[in-house]
Amino acid sequence: MITFFFFLFAVVAIASAIAMVLHKNPVYSALFLIMTFFGVAGFYFLLEAQFIAIVQIIVYAGAIMVLFLFVIMLLNLRQETRAPIGRPLQLFFGAGFSILLLAQIFLIIRAGTLTSKVGEFPPERINAMGSAETLGGVLFTEYLFPFEAASVLLLVGMIGAIILGRKQLPKEK
Amino acid sequence: MVPTDYYLIVAALLFTIGVLGVLMRRNALIIFMSIELMLNAVNLTFVALARQLHSIDGQIFVFFVMTVAAAEVAVGLAIIISIFRLKGTVHVDAINLLRG
Repeated sequence: MITFFFFLFAVVAIASAIAMVLHKNPVYSALFLIMTFFGVAGFYFLLEAQFIAIVQIIVYAGAIMVLFLFVIMLLNLRQETRAPIGRPLQLFFGAGFSILLLAQIFLIIRAGTLTSKVGEFPPERINAMGSAETLGGVLFTEYLFPFEAASVLLLVGMIGAIILGRKQLPKEK
Repeated sequence: MVPTDYYLIVAALLFTIGVLGVLMRRNALIIFMSIELMLNAVNLTFVALARQLHSIDGQIFVFFVMTVAAAEVAVGLAIIISIFRLKGTVHVDAINLLRG
């Protein structure tokens, strides 16, 4: 059953990712990317990371992609939609280097499974405690400083977006 | 249970499709979306290996990657909007000056 769902999610995620890259209209690209994000969220469910899966749907498929669609509809992109995807030479080298990269990653995966110090959170323990509880416990103790730094980063991002998005930049003095 | 390698292969495919999008497309918005796709592929690798190694740190990292991605999207889209105001296009070949 899990295997069936794995291949279902894999087909959905990869097919929509390819459609996202190849579609000329950015609105359709964004919608295909949302499909991919849902597929990846399904993988997180299969990997017993329920909290991450829900956050993926809320933050990525919800907030980030709504922002993308908002910007796409704000801009008048008729000119870009008509233009060809890329120059022939660019397509050739892009595809060539991508295939090279894929071959490299496959060689790394086939070189053997990753072994290292086994941690103290097997899936059974996470499930017994609850995914969000386990994550929150570690986040607020061991990773407290990065957590606070992330909040500052979000504040800086917010201020930066407001300043960059203003109608005209302030005059230099 | 599906072996971890299968998840890694799917993540590799998603990452490669993202690289393909960055290299092939000339629309700044699509390039940006491809970067999001690559971030997602890396997140999938993190979660898959975290389960294999019985560790929670991978999921914590995914959490932080999502935070950084959210901040990055807000700033990046603001930059794309101001470029569009200046040039009237988001075609990356038309954006060849650092100064306005």
